[in-house]
Amino acid sequence: MKPDRPSSVAGTPVVAPLVFVPRTSKIPGAGPEPMAPALAAQVNPLIAAHRERAGALLPLLHAVQERLGHVPPMVVPAIAEALNLSRAEVHGVISYYHFFRSTPPGRHVVQVCRAEACQACGADELLAEAEALLGCKSHETRSDGAVTLEPVFCLGLCASSPAVQVDDQLHARMTPARLRQLGEQLEILA
Amino acid sequence: MNTAVAPVTVPVTVYVPADSAALAAGADAVVTALQTGCAQRALAMALVRNSSRGMFWLEPLVEVATPAGRVAYGPVTPEDVPGLLDAGMLQGGAHVLRHGITEQIPFLALQERLTFRRMGVTDPLSLSDYAAHEGWAGLRRAVTLDSAALVHEVTHSGLRGRGGAAFPAGIKWKTVAGAVSAQKYVVCNADEGDSGTYSDRMTMEGDPYMLIEGMTIAALAVGASMGYVYIRSEYPHAVAVMSEAIARATAAGFLGDDVLGSGKRFHLEVRKAAGAYVCGEETAMLESIEGRRGIVRAKPPLPALQGLFGQPTVINNVITFASVPIIFARGADFYRGYGMGRSHGTLPFQLGGDIRQGGLVEKAFGLTLRELLYGFGGGTRSGRPIKAVQVGGPLGAYVPESQWDVPMDYEAYAAMGAALGHGGIVVHSDKADMAKLARYAMEFCALESCGKCTPCRIGSTRGVEVIDRILVGRHREQQVELLRELCDTMLHGSLCAMGGMTPYPVLSALNHYPEDFGLVPATAAAPDPQLA
Repeated sequence: MKPDRPSSVAGTPVVAPLVFVPRTSKIPGAGPEPMAPALAAQVNPLIAAHRERAGALLPLLHAVQERLGHVPPMVVPAIAEALNLSRAEVHGVISYYHFFRSTPPGRHVVQVCRAEACQACGADELLAEAEALLGCKSHETRSDGAVTLEPVFCLGLCASSPAVQVDDQLHARMTPARLRQLGEQLEILA
Repeated sequence: MNTAVAPVTVPVTVYVPADSAALAAGADAVVTALQTGCAQRALAMALVRNSSRGMFWLEPLVEVATPAGRVAYGPVTPEDVPGLLDAGMLQGGAHVLRHGITEQIPFLALQERLTFRRMGVTDPLSLSDYAAHEGWAGLRRAVTLDSAALVHEVTHSGLRGRGGAAFPAGIKWKTVAGAVSAQKYVVCNADEGDSGTYSDRMTMEGDPYMLIEGMTIAALAVGASMGYVYIRSEYPHAVAVMSEAIARATAAGFLGDDVLGSGKRFHLEVRKAAGAYVCGEETAMLESIEGRRGIVRAKPPLPALQGLFGQPTVINNVITFASVPIIFARGADFYRGYGMGRSHGTLPFQLGGDIRQGGLVEKAFGLTLRELLYGFGGGTRSGRPIKAVQVGGPLGAYVPESQWDVPMDYEAYAAMGAALGHGGIVVHSDKADMAKLARYAMEFCALESCGKCTPCRIGSTRGVEVIDRILVGRHREQQVELLRELCDTMLHGSLCAMGGMTPYPVLSALNHYPEDFGLVPATAAAPDPQLA
């Protein structure tokens, strides 16, 4: 018995009955926004290929990112449903791991290693140089979408540091001059 | 074209590594230049893409098979190639880049390569090459032994976990072997995220069957039928080579439903990590393989009893598994004969940072840091004096010159508040600011902490702030005291090594380089019970 509950008058409830209102919030991945048919056509086969695997979520997210370049929030509900997870769990995994992107990267991705071995050979200066050369801050994509600059932790080239990765290509013993050269070749200098 | 060089009709075998570090130094462009150059000169070349010998300052290292042995040229750029060919490189001709017979180069000749004996010698994915170089000998012997004998052999070899914790592999295997379950797993931790380490990457790219063989022996020993190799996403070449090697080994009957006709089943699968450093911690790795955020689990239960998907699981690092085949091929006593004290066998040390001759040095435990830095490494690349050496990755201590003559074994390093870890050695010259590096260690921990336990999650952020206050000189002595207390809390209160070892680099920097923190050396050198 809850004494403070308002009494009803002639059987009419004072409190409006609960009505299910679909959420329309813009939290990434939270909305029921369905995948566009073109996106679904790309993602659904990947879901089908991975859903029965043990611990399927990471391999599936890798497959999606490999196909699309990132993991768009719109695919989260479908993945969650297929793997019997909540959308929050899938979003939680995507946001936990540095490797997964929710937004598309620039057309080129420049990664500068700033782990200790590379620091010992001037990685911090190299990263500052890269920011200046590309006209792009660390962790950001330039406004024209041409390039994303990311500091990373260890590319495994610690004996030939500083190391840089440009798209899929590793480069050892990087210098500002060579970085400029690479930037020129890819036409991504600021 | 030099007419003195007669056109070669029998193809000469030329080796150009396809290891990531060689590719990063431009090995593919050298291959193109060699192919073009040979075609122009009507020279016949049989190209082999081997793995790296681990002498990275010489990469791309081109080797030519001659009757006297393989002759090394390096570092070769595409522009060097015409000159090299004209100098008779295919006959081992003299050139300024020639280093003589590869195996006689002191850096290699002075090593004790057991695990890395095939590295750079063979074509990584060639099953026949592997078999011709002692491959599968360990597994062939292992299939004739029962579980108890297999576990005994590993225990007797003295092999300890090479990932950093140095836990005896045999004891771990015995626990899993004794657990009763219909499904057991073998998981290889290949999330080699430590700066200054690359021996796992080299193994997976350069000798993948060795890892497969070691994991298969582990599976036979504990009765596991399924295994995973969890490889970091920053190593796409390693992922590709391992996946291909597993496919080939399965097709050839070394893996699969009937391992070498033993009737035992063992399947292996590669799982790609996703850039979380803490997933190198074994329980966080299990969470990740199961498809969740890589959050550390409290222990107990031990993964050996309730590991992957709740089942008994052997988890070892790449080099631990990779050391197993030779133990079975040549016997536990052979392996045990290397090393000192309770550190048996060899450790692949990895020289990195500001070092002239950076690369992989496999030696028995017991050599000194000084021998590595100057004997093998040749001092700094920059020519400046060495100031500090971080041993064992980002969570390892900075070792000052006064400790460079301590023999490198697990116990000796633990006694001085340091850790050998995974054998990574990062050299810093006198340009290094140790306070900045200490701050970086805290910053790295704050970035990579999984967030489960408070000392690591909050302590690392507070650590950055405290160091910042020390550096601007606000209540400096008081803040130093606070930093020490914070480190004590992290050291003893963290759930795993992420928060528990971040104090190693911080305190060692503070203790050995107080002047970088704006402190007078005499007052700051107060002995610390944890990290004297």
